[in-house]
Amino acid sequence: MASTSKDVPTSPSGHDNTDDDLEPGASYDSILNPTDSFEEFATEMNTSLERSRDLTKKSSTISEIQSEIGECSKELKETKSSDNLQNKDEAISASTSNSNLDENGEDTDNEDDYLKSPELVNKEKHVFILSSAGKPIYSRYGNEDKLAGVCGVIQALVSVVEEQNRDILRSIITKDCKAVFLVKGPLILVAVSKSNESETQLVLQLTYAFNQIVSVLTLTQLNRIFEQRRNYDLRRLLSGAERLIDNLLIFMEKDPAFLLGAVRCLPLPEKVRENITNAIISTCHKIRDLVFAILIAGNQLITLVRMKKYTLHPSDIHLLFNLVRSSESFKTAESWTPICLPKFDATGFLHGHVSYISEDCQACLLLLTVQRDAFYPLSQAKHTISDKLRRSNCLTAINDALNRSKDLPTTNPLKHIGIPEIRHFMYKCKSTAQLFTSDPICLDRLQDYRQRHKEGGDVVKKKVEKLSDIDYVRNYREFCSKMHCACSPAKLIFRSNSLDTVLAWITNGFELYVTFDPLMEKDQAIRAVDRLLRWIKNEEKRIFIMNAPTF
Amino acid sequence: MKVVEAKIVVLGSQGVGKTSLVVRYIGKMFSKHISPTIGASFFTCNINVDDARVKLQVWDTAGQERFRSMAPMYYRNANAALLVYDITNASSFAAIKGWVKELQSNVPEPMVLALVGNKCDLESCRAVSNNEATQYATSIGAAYCETSALHDQGIDQVFLSTATALLSLSSTNLVSSMRSYDSVDGDERLPFGNPTEEMATHIGKVELPAWSDDRVAHGETQRTMCC
Ligand SMILES: Nc1nc2c(ncn2[C@@H]2O[C@H](COP(=O)(O)OP(=O)(O)OP(=O)(O)O)[C@@H](O)[C@H]2O)c(=O)[nH]1
Ligand SMILES: [Mg+2]
Repeated sequence: MASTSKDVPTSPSGHDNTDDDLEPGASYDSILNPTDSFEEFATEMNTSLERSRDLTKKSSTISEIQSEIGECSKELKETKSSDNLQNKDEAISASTSNSNLDENGEDTDNEDDYLKSPELVNKEKHVFILSSAGKPIYSRYGNEDKLAGVCGVIQALVSVVEEQNRDILRSIITKDCKAVFLVKGPLILVAVSKSNESETQLVLQLTYAFNQIVSVLTLTQLNRIFEQRRNYDLRRLLSGAERLIDNLLIFMEKDPAFLLGAVRCLPLPEKVRENITNAIISTCHKIRDLVFAILIAGNQLITLVRMKKYTLHPSDIHLLFNLVRSSESFKTAESWTPICLPKFDATGFLHGHVSYISEDCQACLLLLTVQRDAFYPLSQAKHTISDKLRRSNCLTAINDALNRSKDLPTTNPLKHIGIPEIRHFMYKCKSTAQLFTSDPICLDRLQDYRQRHKEGGDVVKKKVEKLSDIDYVRNYREFCSKMHCACSPAKLIFRSNSLDTVLAWITNGFELYVTFDPLMEKDQAIRAVDRLLRWIKNEEKRIFIMNAPTF
Repeated sequence: MKVVEAKIVVLGSQGVGKTSLVVRYIGKMFSKHISPTIGASFFTCNINVDDARVKLQVWDTAGQERFRSMAPMYYRNANAALLVYDITNASSFAAIKGWVKELQSNVPEPMVLALVGNKCDLESCRAVSNNEATQYATSIGAAYCETSALHDQGIDQVFLSTATALLSLSSTNLVSSMRSYDSVDGDERLPFGNPTEEMATHIGKVELPAWSDDRVAHGETQRTMCC
């Protein structure tokens, strides 16, 4: 369920290395639900969905908003009638179902051979999703039609442990491989990984994959489908959404935002961000049923204006980033689409007006409402907003930041900070769940990365000469899981060897990971970190969203 | 000048070419890389028929199964529907029957229907005969047209004949959800109607030059593209 802004701690405690009382990026009000630590983030992601499983419509956040703005009775009635329709639709489409999905008549005898095919062998990480009845739903690689056997085995393993041992199968660990299991609602999710990710990190990724499915179907619909027919082939309903899961899995491996449970903001001058926010507020404050207005670009948040009382969880924003990045069609025209944000309300859809702000600015505006008939007023609002942004030169500022204009201090922070020993860093402000890294993984470069690794996710054993930002993040994974290890969490790790020096540091207010040149001395590193933090504090108004605007 | 504002919804299975068709007509281009529609996309265009103008709000819906249950939201208050299937895919033709049933039981006002068999450039893979489609179209009172978004065939006719039918429908006064009014310059001057919807017609930005099509005896269309 969505948490309200009451949950935001009002006074994050500072640390003593900067002269101000707050750590860089911290503010008293946050647009995002603060995530204290990765573990908390991971467990919270799991539990709150479980809780919402049995929720009736009445207690959903969406209905709460609807009743507050006085739409309750009307909306509830409409929801009901569309539910009826939906059942009818299911009946209709069942009889005329898509031919290409029905051809799973592949010979299972051939499956053993198939499992040895290059499509499947030697992948760094597999992800399988199946129904609790053992029907394949999704496989990251290969064709899940041909994986019925594997899915049967997974299902058997899970249910044997469950029924005979009254226990839960969490993982199977071999010398070079981890298999992690997650049973959620009517689905079983499995990751089989040779990467250095921890069990918790893998579970988190599976939870995200589950949330991605909830985001396109809602939990209500997902549960109902399997209550009605345990043997349902979910691939029909997910057809076209596999792409979202594919992209999400890649995104999670590369972007530290997932590792830290935080959101990256597009660095902008404070004044510009304020103008953008005000343009949105002044245009939208009279639209009663608007819950969130979110402007994003290149997987970075530009601004988020919200209905009082409601904040967003970083993982919901990540799903929105993924949706926008995966859906080229938003560039063609204004779109009007149902979107479920699992942490906000897993039981129902919000309706989203989605459009790029203009042809010459690749920022995407999402206007999310509880009102299914709101397209026209929102479309009008969008055009007003985009005119205002153009007139106030905000579009230019956004483009400069997106194109990483050389004049901006945030474009190449390491150069600007002037500590040559620092090769890479990532910083998360806990109270606002925002992050900043020295080398933002931008959209295009993610794409490049995928191109270079076209064969996709194969385990490579070659020595890399120059590390990319993605490689640094890979290295941080181990530090991250040591820092957050449930049994003996560390506050500070300093590791220096002939390849590099890494410092990881957690305080009440922030998490910081820095890679230095090899063989650094500890006190030298600490001095550098001190300067680094001061720089971040100095630039905080540009790199973080420091307020929590409402309509 | 008589101006009619109408809403048209484009329905049909995943991948039959709905977006390609609309983008071909409104944007005058074809892209091999059009990606699947999410939810529905909104376009506007103006079509001049004789000395009247039809302002169309085009709702291009997503064919993906998961959006199927959302369809009522998109066809509500529509005055016309383009029912698109792929002539090489028999099940996409079968799906049209489901759509028609659903429209008949859920849309109370009369609607202009057009059955569109797209991808007619792939004649060698045809799975639905022209004859069968024509018969079915007649049985539901729809116009029938085969099109190719790839080769720009038949698409102008689909939109023009739909616009013409909408014009005559508007003069019957059978339809309350369609607005018509007189305008000196053909621009918006709405005497009535919901003010928020009025604004939606401002969306068109790129006015393409007026053009005429010699395959059609009458009618000159002028289009606007939404961006
Ligand atoms: N040969 C041929 N291919 C076409 C034609 N029209 C569309 N296509 C192709 O068919 C595919 C699907 O086209 P779309 O326009 O995205 O189909 P759609 O109906 O909008 O699909 P959804 O939005 O997913 O419902 C694309 O690869 C197009 O290039 C056509 O007239 N001829
Ligand atoms: Mg489409």
